[in-house]
Amino acid sequence: MPRVVVDVMLKPEILDPQGQAVANALPRLGVGDVASVRIGRRIEIEFTGEPDLDRAREIADKLLANPVIEDFTVRLVEADETADARS
Amino acid sequence: MTARVGVVTFPGSLDDGDAARAVRIAGAEPVRLWHGDPALHGVDAVVLPGGFSYGDYLRCGAIARFAPVMETIVGAAQGGLPVLGICNGFQILCEAHLLPGALTRNQHLHFRNRDQVLRIESAGTAWTNAFQPGQEVLIPVKNGEGCYVADTATLDQLEAEGRVVARYVGGNPNGSQRDIAAITNAAGNVVGIMPHPEHAVEALTGPSLDGLGFFTSVLKHLVGAPA
Repeated sequence: MPRVVVDVMLKPEILDPQGQAVANALPRLGVGDVASVRIGRRIEIEFTGEPDLDRAREIADKLLANPVIEDFTVRLVEADETADARS
Repeated sequence: MTARVGVVTFPGSLDDGDAARAVRIAGAEPVRLWHGDPALHGVDAVVLPGGFSYGDYLRCGAIARFAPVMETIVGAAQGGLPVLGICNGFQILCEAHLLPGALTRNQHLHFRNRDQVLRIESAGTAWTNAFQPGQEVLIPVKNGEGCYVADTATLDQLEAEGRVVARYVGGNPNGSQRDIAAITNAAGNVVGIMPHPEHAVEALTGPSLDGLGFFTSVLKHLVGAPA
């Protein structure tokens, strides 16, 4: 069954101290060509029946993301593209 | 009649005991409220205490906002019930859209725990009328996600309407925009504060007794409030 993937990212104007901390650690790996790192969250939703993008959007808007500081996108992925399938 | 002040316990609340104790020391009757029970049991005001409700999963306060007790509190607060959100309680009030903006990870990424000087900017709220505007108070701050953010228009509106209730003085512990430590809604009955007044109500355990003013304020407010 396909799942709905919700990607939640901090809005561009909101400082991401976690991303900055990761970016600042990269030179220690010998990586010097990264300009910035932003950290977000990926949520996979499996419906009992057919995946419902509108419903997923409602869930994302009300709970998964805080529209004051975060943006989100909603998309369908096939079962073999989910995190479970890859593991 | 003694005022009854509710203190909500969520799974993961830490400071509900101290908040109830502060209510009692201020001269009111603390009433313990449970997150899963939508009834407010006739309380005259509510404190949402500090802690890590629902383990801070997803975002601080994001899941607590949908607790049965919050459904009732949101409606009651919109009707004028005094509500004070401390630390995690402040985060819950923002998530519930009773207060604007959001609280994000401290800019320096460190959990900050120290005694903090605040300047009371607005003494016109239900929770700060015992203070003088401009008065400085000493209250513990302890948070990892206390950085207050909002868009410029919202910040300007808060300033213009006198809704910045307190600011950090002598160093901003978390990177909050415009040094904001506490804000209120337009009506002044809902206040969110990141530092912990309930930890500054007794000489034995607190750095001062300055926190008591928040709790005596609401008693003063209730006496003056129309029935």
